[in-house]
Amino acid sequence: MKLQDLLLIRHELLLTLTALILIVAEIFIDDKSKKKIVPLALFLMIVVTAAGILFPVNGTAFGGMYQTDALRSAMKTILDIATVIIILQSYGWVSKKVNQNKTSEFYILMISTLVGMNFMISSGDFLMLYLGLELATIPIAAMAAFDRHKSNSAEAGIKLILSSALSSAVLLYGLSLIYGTTGSIYFEEVRAAFRIEPLPILGLVFFVTGMGFKISLVPFHLWTADVYEGSPIAVTSFLSVVSKGAAVFIFTFVLYTVFAPVSAFWSQVLVVLSVTTMTVGNLFALRQENMKRFLAFSSIAQAGFILLGILGQGEQGFGSVIFFLLVYVFTNLAAFSVVAAISDKTGKENMADYNGLYKTNPNLSLIMMLALFSLAGIPPVAGFFGKLFLFSAAASNGYYWLLFVAVMNATISLYYYLRPVRAMFIEKNDNPIPTFKSDIYMRIGIAVSVAGIFLTGFISAIYEYYLSISNLF
Amino acid sequence: MSHTIPLHYFLIVSTLMFFTGVAGFIIRRNLITILMSVELMLNSVNINFVAFNRYLYPDQMQGHFFTLFIVAIAAAEAAVAIALIINIYRKFNSIEVDHVDEMKY
Repeated sequence: MKLQDLLLIRHELLLTLTALILIVAEIFIDDKSKKKIVPLALFLMIVVTAAGILFPVNGTAFGGMYQTDALRSAMKTILDIATVIIILQSYGWVSKKVNQNKTSEFYILMISTLVGMNFMISSGDFLMLYLGLELATIPIAAMAAFDRHKSNSAEAGIKLILSSALSSAVLLYGLSLIYGTTGSIYFEEVRAAFRIEPLPILGLVFFVTGMGFKISLVPFHLWTADVYEGSPIAVTSFLSVVSKGAAVFIFTFVLYTVFAPVSAFWSQVLVVLSVTTMTVGNLFALRQENMKRFLAFSSIAQAGFILLGILGQGEQGFGSVIFFLLVYVFTNLAAFSVVAAISDKTGKENMADYNGLYKTNPNLSLIMMLALFSLAGIPPVAGFFGKLFLFSAAASNGYYWLLFVAVMNATISLYYYLRPVRAMFIEKNDNPIPTFKSDIYMRIGIAVSVAGIFLTGFISAIYEYYLSISNLF
Repeated sequence: MSHTIPLHYFLIVSTLMFFTGVAGFIIRRNLITILMSVELMLNSVNINFVAFNRYLYPDQMQGHFFTLFIVAIAAAEAAVAIALIINIYRKFNSIEVDHVDEMKY
């Protein structure tokens, strides 16, 4: 091992260092003022994000197990930005009295998860992918069960750890079959040795199934709604944005590189998964009353749209997927921030509680409306462009009837995205949520998300940049 | 290398173990038993990796090392899962999945 190799993994090292600093800082902060850890965590994460943007790395380390390039650095930056926003929005929740003694653990777990995702994104072989995936899922289960006084949270934690353990086992079984037939676990060697025979194809199917659990594609989505509803809101937004984003990235990457020789096989699988995911996600979202559950099904439906982009293949496919993930980070975090702000102050999470919100909290209502419009893909905001590029990627590969299904689904989704808007602006309520003012962290977080929704929509250079770095395949 | 036991014997055992684990995960109602089923699945993967490595690619060690990592991570996963099961027991006074169903549909 050379020093050069260690410099290549500096982004991961910086994140590990951040977690270690937080552990040490925990010792020196007295029990009464544990929330002082939040500014520290925020500062360190901003430093890491800035370092990742300013000093991108290129290269291969540890004999090909670790690879990094402009594309992977771009994805890491997206995850870093999302984590910064989540730290901002979690302040109101962690500074509550019930969480007094365990504030720092939350951020330590969150950043270790992020380290795992970074290693997963940078993996050059299946062993590193598996290690990163596990480091990215095990701490999240502990985070989901973080509200120890709520039984829902305990239930969410156990559901998450058991379903992710099952999905890891399925994924590993697929990897063992691929290893048995190709004789290697390195991406490039597997690609070179991959033959179109039943056993490796079975391995591919198991791999898609295992990743499908992580991305919550539709036959494998059953854990999603319960975990999203039961977890604390900061964890829900982390799961729906950061966790899902990292899994989508590596899934796309492995399909495009390792399984490129059999793209005819996996694209058939993805067409079916895409149709079921969009349709089932949308139909179940129609009847949800809890806002977190509603956003859970919305995020399942969005995963179906992401598959359209993956089906586009080539640089247009990957570029549109990454751009959509960036848009999705800002959009979904804006929506979750509003839900978190209201839940922190009043504890209310149901759609009926939002009736008449515009009268008392016009700003929050407008932000929520903007986020929902962006999720639905209404033109002026970024969500429209995200969906447009996904759709055109699929169209460029000739999936016209799939596109028809997707447009139908986008129309259905408009109905349920407008339901909270109707509740906030039109419905009358004798006892609405009172006017309140959120803390400064939450307001900065919301401002960043809203700015992101507009900027990613209006600055076309971002998409062109992603397109230019995705031409690796 | 003299093979007394052919490779496919190992594969039959591991496949049976894997699907026993899947069935156990779905059928069993006790959280600890569900966790055991997952461990069974992971161990079947270990058998696969080691058998493939030993019989097909004996000059490399990738399969063996993969197995070592799986064993370590399975232990970590079990530790967190059991902690969460204890948490469930404190909240619901039961570790039967039929009682842990506050959220549905």
